[in-house]
Amino acid sequence: MNTRAGNAWTFWAQVVRNLFHWFGAVGRGLHSQRGRFIVVALPILWLALFFLAPFLIVAKISVAESLPGMRPPYSGLFDDAGTLTLELANYGALVRDPLYLAAYLNSLGFAAVSTLACLLIGFPIAYGIARAGTAARLVLLVLVVLPFWTNSLLRTYAMIGILKTNGLVNNALVALGVIDQPLALLHTNFAVYVGITYNYLPFMILPLVATLMKLDFGLLEAAADLGARPFAAFRRVTLPLAMPGIVAGSLLVFIPSVGEFVIPDLLGGPDAITIGRVLWTEFFNNRDWPLASAVAVAMLALIVIPVLVFEYVSDRRLDADRAR
Amino acid sequence: MNRRPLALYTAMAFGYAFLYVPLLSVVFYSFNRSKLVTVWGGFSLKWYGELFRNEQILEAVQRSLLVAALAASFAVVIGTLSGLALARFGRFRLRGLLSLLSSAPLVMPEVMLGLSALLLFIALESWIGWPASRGLTTITLAHITLTACYVTVIVRSRLVQMDGSLEEAAMDLGARPWKVFFLVTLPLIAPALVAGWLLAFTLSLDDVVIASFTSGPGSSTLPMVIYSKVKLGVTPEINALATIVVVVVTVAVSIAGWLLGRKDTARGT
Repeated sequence: MNTRAGNAWTFWAQVVRNLFHWFGAVGRGLHSQRGRFIVVALPILWLALFFLAPFLIVAKISVAESLPGMRPPYSGLFDDAGTLTLELANYGALVRDPLYLAAYLNSLGFAAVSTLACLLIGFPIAYGIARAGTAARLVLLVLVVLPFWTNSLLRTYAMIGILKTNGLVNNALVALGVIDQPLALLHTNFAVYVGITYNYLPFMILPLVATLMKLDFGLLEAAADLGARPFAAFRRVTLPLAMPGIVAGSLLVFIPSVGEFVIPDLLGGPDAITIGRVLWTEFFNNRDWPLASAVAVAMLALIVIPVLVFEYVSDRRLDADRAR
Repeated sequence: MNRRPLALYTAMAFGYAFLYVPLLSVVFYSFNRSKLVTVWGGFSLKWYGELFRNEQILEAVQRSLLVAALAASFAVVIGTLSGLALARFGRFRLRGLLSLLSSAPLVMPEVMLGLSALLLFIALESWIGWPASRGLTTITLAHITLTACYVTVIVRSRLVQMDGSLEEAAMDLGARPWKVFFLVTLPLIAPALVAGWLLAFTLSLDDVVIASFTSGPGSSTLPMVIYSKVKLGVTPEINALATIVVVVVTVAVSIAGWLLGRKDTARGT
């Protein structure tokens, strides 16, 4: 262990000791209003300090002027005379430069296509798992979850080996005589779709399995007895009943893939600009902190808030359905 | 009716092949003597040797395991408290705020979390002089914040699933609230705590984006090292590393699956 890690150790040892004392206090006071207050206050304080406050700082820096080469590389809100200056040029750039709109639409496109692909690949798997016997179901479920516990970066790396010019797919297609020349698969939008689908497939399958396991397969037999063809029974019985799982799974895939940085960066071409890549580039390559912050605020407004509102509304509807 | 299972099995086989062919090909080529990753040059363990001689990777593994274990442990404490408050305290004044704060990071893109955490640490440094530099501590703090929210979800749903009757019974029998918490509630939610810890640990080990923002010089975590290596081109050591990860995860998940299966059969389901 180097000294840096040693410092981290002593720091965390102190934190553990304090927390231990503190837990004793919580235990003794749990029956009182004060004990409850502590149980609520620790998470709120933590999240306010490390999650809420940072956003206020991001919002503040997003209206500052970029000062490259300075420390810190942005202007203060107040100048020497004490007058407040809000630099809205960063937001102006976001609106004027078509790059940012393209990045936003690209991100939505990547996420939408990959979510659909996850649904198409995941639904049969989930259906099969839900209909399997107990032992087979456990094995099949474990096989779905297992890749998730391995590292996502390593999985993306594995995808590179599959898709590159002399990779598995191209070699197989050439050997089979389907194509003469290897296809350019890596560093294309197609590679990004494949990579996101591959990474997030378990998130689609698990909610689908949970919903489909509750499905009464007798209903399908009844539909067949009443003369429905398999496809009609699927469309009019299975699909509507699986809808909660489809919505939940799609959200679990769509939300993280909109902001995804690593997969488009490693698998996509230079034109596969997503909003996550834009933020990264503005911050690390161009060192334009105010513009990166403005991108973050735009992400909050255009991606996070719509998702939170959607989740809130669908939760309310679910509660209302239950109460009925 | 006879043809549908065949179509279903074909689709399932395709799906599982999609999940496993990339991983298995990495495992296969990790034993390849050739440096050209896709040309088979005979069986060899030389990339494993290279991996275990690579100081940069070994140090990064140590750092990442330390950060992940610390982050997961603190995340379980914070997540348990907020899960307990959200599931058991009824309506209290700050409930809406706690609920929002503990669910928002789940839908936040990682680049946003990373950027905002870094800007907070820089602001704190200029206001109170702490943290003096960025490194393992700042990465850990950022990871606790994210992963505590996942633990909250798990603990909360576990507490909502089990009604409070056991706790009430213990209370009626005269146990003090803290005794009820440690002797009744905690053992009942122990599986959720284990699951939450493992999830937090995995998420922390998985993260390259937040770590890249909040790390300092000399504190690159394993995913950051892998990312820079992959960015520069294919390196066969990564195949060996990925194989080790796959083996460790397979063993752990198989044991967990076996335990789960045994519990299910014991229950007679």
